[in-house]
Amino acid sequence: MNDPLRNEYDVVGRPTPKKDGILKALGRAEYADDISMPGMLHGKLLRSPHPHARIVRIDISRAQALPGVRAVVTGKDFPGVKYGNLPQTRDYLPLAIDTVRYIGEEVAAVAAIDEDTAEEALDLIEVEYEPLAAVFDPEQAMLPGAPLVHDNATANVSAQVAFEFGEVDKAFSRADYVREDVYETQPVKQGMLEPHACVGQWDNSGKITLWSCKMSPYVVWRQLAMGLGVELGSVRVVQTVVGGGFSGGKQEAMPMDFCAVMLSRKTGRPVKIVHTMDEVLTIGHMRHPMKISLRTGTDKNGRILAQHCKMIANGGAYSSIGGFSMYLAGAMLNIPYRIPNIRYEAKRVYTNNGFCGALRGHTNTQICFARDSQLELIAADLGVDPIEIRHRNALQPGDETSNGFRIGTFAFDECIDRVVQLSGWREKRGKLPKYRGIGFGCGSHISGARLMGHSASAAEIRVQEDGTVHLSTGSTDVGQGADTVLSMIAAEVLGVEVNDVRFALVDSDSTPVDPGTFGSRVTFFTGNAVKRAAEDARRQLAEIAGQRMKANPDDLVFRGREIISRRDDRQRMSLKDAVRWGAFQTGRLVISHGTYAAGDEKIDFRTGHGNLSPAYNPSACAVEVEVDPETGQVKVVGFWGADDSGFPLNPLAVKGQVIGATVMSFGHALYETLVRIDGKVMNPSFRDYKMPLTTDVPKLTDFQHSNVITWEPEGPFGAKEAGQGAGTGVIAALANAIYDATGVRLNSLPLSPDRIRFAIKQKYETERAGKESPVAAE
Amino acid sequence: MKNLLPISLRVNGETHDVLVPPWRTLLEVLREHLGLTGAKRSCQEGQCGTCTVLIDGKAVNSCLYLAVEAQGKDIQTIEGLATGGNLDQIQKSFVQKGGIQCGFCTPGFVLATKSLLNENPNPSEDDIRTAMVGHLCRCTGYVQIIEAIQDAASQLKHESGN
Repeated sequence: MNDPLRNEYDVVGRPTPKKDGILKALGRAEYADDISMPGMLHGKLLRSPHPHARIVRIDISRAQALPGVRAVVTGKDFPGVKYGNLPQTRDYLPLAIDTVRYIGEEVAAVAAIDEDTAEEALDLIEVEYEPLAAVFDPEQAMLPGAPLVHDNATANVSAQVAFEFGEVDKAFSRADYVREDVYETQPVKQGMLEPHACVGQWDNSGKITLWSCKMSPYVVWRQLAMGLGVELGSVRVVQTVVGGGFSGGKQEAMPMDFCAVMLSRKTGRPVKIVHTMDEVLTIGHMRHPMKISLRTGTDKNGRILAQHCKMIANGGAYSSIGGFSMYLAGAMLNIPYRIPNIRYEAKRVYTNNGFCGALRGHTNTQICFARDSQLELIAADLGVDPIEIRHRNALQPGDETSNGFRIGTFAFDECIDRVVQLSGWREKRGKLPKYRGIGFGCGSHISGARLMGHSASAAEIRVQEDGTVHLSTGSTDVGQGADTVLSMIAAEVLGVEVNDVRFALVDSDSTPVDPGTFGSRVTFFTGNAVKRAAEDARRQLAEIAGQRMKANPDDLVFRGREIISRRDDRQRMSLKDAVRWGAFQTGRLVISHGTYAAGDEKIDFRTGHGNLSPAYNPSACAVEVEVDPETGQVKVVGFWGADDSGFPLNPLAVKGQVIGATVMSFGHALYETLVRIDGKVMNPSFRDYKMPLTTDVPKLTDFQHSNVITWEPEGPFGAKEAGQGAGTGVIAALANAIYDATGVRLNSLPLSPDRIRFAIKQKYETERAGKESPVAAE
Repeated sequence: MKNLLPISLRVNGETHDVLVPPWRTLLEVLREHLGLTGAKRSCQEGQCGTCTVLIDGKAVNSCLYLAVEAQGKDIQTIEGLATGGNLDQIQKSFVQKGGIQCGFCTPGFVLATKSLLNENPNPSEDDIRTAMVGHLCRCTGYVQIIEAIQDAASQLKHESGN
């Protein structure tokens, strides 16, 4: 076993620049919008202007007659088969047929010789709508008599989940202290800079190909076949370089994908469709806005005895992955604190808004905001130190949570202590000047999930005669560095350099099938599959070299592109000579594969019980803010975080992941929200949808992250997740810091200047009224 | 027939004659007519910086710049930065320091860095932040980008012997 503090490996554990970085720096990485093909047409989508309406009639004749237009498609061109993620919530159609359910829903599509012509043609499509009553608020949507978004969803409930772990009523009855608070979160977008883009081709042989920036190309592959009503084998999905994902539309097939291939079928030419940023920010896929009511009972020392969480999620018009999101939010109540008794009741409600799904930190972000905000209040009420209350409740290695998560490595206490030390917490808390404050927050995340459907990862390796290693997986690099870390794992096992490994983009015709990139699963699940594939290749090479060198294959080690005998290091041959000799003289090709299924444990999604992930990652952070009381503006002046990502395989990438997740949470906490009036997004532009800028992050010297290094036995070379967990505690830390700075506590996100300014004003007025007129204050 | 205009653009030292409608942006002409797809199409309203090119050494949003206006000027795109297959120091620093994740913002950041260092070879951290404020990056949280720019500045200073 590697001693993580004295890394004995040649490749893993060393900061390694991203493999595709050079192509990207040169501007030569090919994204979907960069594709151009002979005869290629350009597509545009017509979208519903109504939040809820019946489509009475669509007349495409004028659009079709416009010079330059090659084809127009409507919902009736598709077989009318609904597709989607979970079998019980398939509710998408490639294009609406008789009903539209939100502003922006796709109704028709045009292919033309250029985008201008396609755009012009959209104006010529006549759609007669019969507007229907619409509902936007989830609580109103559940009232009797509310308009139904989908006829088959009683009271508009799209998914409902209720769990009980332990004996909740009993635990509350013996609690010394109970409090309940309500937290609300907002609609937040993925915010990737590359808009969704695709090129579709349906050739005369019936082969359907989609080139697109997908994080999970095999999910898209299955959904395309489903919605097109064709055999899976006729569909090919080719992944292009992904310009940021963060889940959402790059995780699934979208109407644009169906339209691109159907327009190609009609025209016999490839068709490219690229969303504008206005479209990206208007349409579905965003974080679920939640109303979280959290009731917590503790003993007098602040040890949590029970928690009861009621949650209502505004799901929007369609389901996406929402059914799973409702399970996940409840599951995430179990980490990173010991909560022996939990009751969870969640409803995801259909409304006539853009729909919600996964986004980095998937539901965990919202739950952590509520829980760590409340924990701070509990600590204050009970007179317990805010750091101490976290230590008292911290899960420990070896624990089993009330829902059956088995906690392995989990250096949570160390993360808390590390942050206290890095941030200078003891010198700052309660001692900073007025309007300056520091807050603490914690989180945790999974390293991949055991799912009911496709859960396992696979990898294939081919060692070529020049000694290079061709690695293909079904996981995608979305910028997080999968191309590099998976190559590093293969290189470490085979004793070659990272640059000797070629990492393939996914092509469903040739790469191994895999669920894709989400849930912090790639390094862990696919990494384990790659490690096994590389070990199999190494075994094959050892047999070949052993035969050639007349040595026992078990005595051979792989290092520096050579195969060397442990017994006599003069006995050696180069890796490439072994591949050549094997292929040329003995007819053996070095082709291997490996899989990882994380054991055969299963989650019972009805009870919520089961060990979701093979490993869990705790994190803690402290954030220092300065609040301008006149404007309500918050400046983040310092941030110190620590997490336990196991053994960081590529520290350069881990740093990028944790800081990226952190800053994304700054945006969620402070600035970002979709402003919607009657279902219409009023800010579908980066001008008005405010994401963090270079000037919104603390100075480099005051922005630190530290890995508490553990060795996760189940992870590849000891690794765990890194891309999501570190961001989950950040929002509560900011809310707690703003409270420390101003004395105002905000339970609704974003913690925007108007809300802060108003709350400060209200607090001031209340205090003044109390001073001037003690009678009135009673 | 659309109202087409013959224009001449000098891009990365090479002159290109193209026939384009007068309302075409420089970004559109670079990507669609000249096959230079390094400048990226994202917000198309000057908010994100992914379409950045240099005009006479200064960073501009090519999505807000009409191609006709760029005539007679020296246009540099990301494709023109590396010489003889060797990365420019700025590109090297972005790769080495982890300033690149999904890469969609990278050409814009790299060229904006070039523009910044042209004017201010010794920028402070605050100078860098201010110069990059028109560039969004959703992946990195900016820290490794700022570190890459600092590294590029110090390497270039070292190279020029100052």
